[in-house]
Order: sequence, then C-alpha cells, then structure tokens
Amino acid sequence: MARLILIWAVIVVAVAVPIAAAALSPLLAWRDPLYILAGFAGIVALGIMLFQPVLIGGYLPGLPARIGRRVHLWTGAVLVAAVVIHVAGLWITSPPDMIDALLFTSPTPFSPFGVIAMWAILAVAVLAVLRRRLGLRPRTWFLVHRLLAIVIVVGTVVHGLLIEGTMETVSKVALCALVVAATVKVMADLWMWRKRRTVHERTDIGASSA
Amino acid sequence: MSTILLNRRTLIAAGGAVLVTGTSGLLLPARADDFAPTASMPGGANNYRAGAPTVDRIGKGGFWMSGTVRRAGDGAPLAGQRIQIWAHTTEGREQDPQSHGATLTDKNGAFRLEMPQIVPVFGQPHGHLAYDSGEFKTVFLRPVMGSAKDTSLEAHFVLQPA
Repeated sequence: MARLILIWAVIVVAVAVPIAAAALSPLLAWRDPLYILAGFAGIVALGIMLFQPVLIGGYLPGLPARIGRRVHLWTGAVLVAAVVIHVAGLWITSPPDMIDALLFTSPTPFSPFGVIAMWAILAVAVLAVLRRRLGLRPRTWFLVHRLLAIVIVVGTVVHGLLIEGTMETVSKVALCALVVAATVKVMADLWMWRKRRTVHERTDIGASSA
Repeated sequence: MSTILLNRRTLIAAGGAVLVTGTSGLLLPARADDFAPTASMPGGANNYRAGAPTVDRIGKGGFWMSGTVRRAGDGAPLAGQRIQIWAHTTEGREQDPQSHGATLTDKNGAFRLEMPQIVPVFGQPHGHLAYDSGEFKTVFLRPVMGSAKDTSLEAHFVLQPA
C-alpha cells in the first residue's frame, strides 16, 4: 500500500509541480494568453512523456501493462494534440520565429531539438494509425517506435533544458531526469522480457520436440 | 602505435597553430581584417518594422541598449547613423509598434537608447537591432543577454558600403 501511494505520488508530483511552478512565473505577466497556452502545452507534453514509458512498463500500481498499453494510446493522442497546440500557438504568437525553427535556421540552440522531437512524435502517431494498413510487422513497428521514442525523449529533454522560459529550473530538471530514467527502465525491461520469452519459447520447443 | 602518432600529430598541429597566430599577431598588430563587416545574425530581422521613429526613449525606459557603428576596413567611427531597436519588453511584444524605436550615433560612432526592460521570449532574453538606411549594406543583429536580470545590452556594427 505504501509503495502504491509512493509511486503515484512521485509521478503526480513530478508532473504537477513544474506546471504549478510555471504558473507562478513572472514572465506570464508579459505574455498573451495564446503564448501562455502554447508554452503550457509544451510543459504538459513533457509531463505526458513521463507517463508514456510508465504505462507501457506497468509500473503504476493498479494499472498493469495490459491496461497501461491501451491508456498509452490515448495519452499518446493527447501528446500529439499538445505538440500541435504548442507549435501552432507559437507560430501565431511570432510567425518568423516559428518558421525559423521549422526550417532549422533559428538562432536558438534548443529549436532543432524540439522540431526533431515533433517530427518523431508525428511519425509515431502516423505509424500507430497506419501500421496495419501498411502491413507493418509488430516486430518492425516496436523497433521503429522504440528508436523514435529515444529521439523524442532526448530531443524534448534537451529542448526543454536549454530554454529560458516560464519553467522553474529545479522542477524542470527533475521532471526531465525522471522522463529519461523511466524511458531507460522500460527499454531495459522490454529487452529483458523479450529475451526471457525467447529463451522460454526455445525451451518449450525443445521440450515438445523431445 | 597509432595513438602515439596521433598525439604527436596533434601536438605538432597545435604548436604550429600557436606559432602562426602568435607571430602574425606580433608582426601585424592592426590588420584591416580586424574590422571585417558584421554579418546579419539568424533571426535578427524577425518582427522588424521598417521606419521606426527616432525617439529619445522607448516607452518608460529602465534598460539601456548601446553599441558602436564603424566602417569596415579601417574601423573609422560612423557618426549620424540611424540604428533601429526593438525587443519583447515589459511594455510590449516584439511586433508591437510601441516596442520599436531608432536612435542616431554620435561623433564617436556610439549609440545608446533607453528602452523598457527586455524579458525572455521564445526561450532567450534578447534584443533586435537593425541598420537599414541604404548608405551601407543592411545588417540585422540579435544579441542575447547573459542573464535575464541584466539591465543593459550591447551590439556593435561594422558596416560595408552598399
């Protein structure tokens, strides 16, 4: 019971505190509502990135991987929506700055990381929707998704860390560290589970043929 | 074996570089290259509004934008040059007309314009400056503040004939 509460508490606090801290940022006083919305959409997207690996790994007590996988699809859709709001809102706020970012000609070092992460997120979303129609084998799909997930997490974390914006530094770094840790953990676990399953299958085949 | 070679090679290259730069610096202390024309910075022209009025101060002030304007080659200070300045400040967004203003350089080629405090926008606390008067080639600068708490920022122009 204590462990259950602890895990949920850590994850909820890790996502809620950065959002609350950003809501107290003095910079908000000098921003339009649309710019504020676009910024928060980015923070929410980073927060969802903590839930994504945790859901897949089934690390949340009460949410086993079997259910978590389904929730992961919906939170993934919310992530896509957040990214679209983030980019569209910033585009309307200052078109030349967003166009520079999308064309990789921006002076800000964090922009290309964000844009690459955006394309990787959209690629995962498109593949998730079309993979059956495209005849993508599950194994290929999982491999591609995992590679893109690494691009998404690294891109987003670097993007977020380099930005001087409304996010408070300590809570931002903590959330980024947890996102990376959760991603590494689920990748390692998935690799281990698959390896174990392969070994089991091999043993089963060996046993039945004997 | 290859490591040793690489180390030696690096050492020779580094030593050579020091020698070349060291001696050339000693032999030619003030070369024309020291005043190479300033290139426009990426994003420098973002939210530019042509023809910003020449003002004594932008808005209520409190922040100082300063710099110099020199001629490419000999570095002679250029007096009476119009520099346009804009930024996202406590009093307005980059694209708002009230965020824009222009000033002229003095006889030493220096300019200084008071403006509202710049606040970070699009991830960096930065300002924009433009030379766009036609006599020299247009240059757009986008200096970044070392800290968002800074109350001044500098930008320097070396202009070449249009």
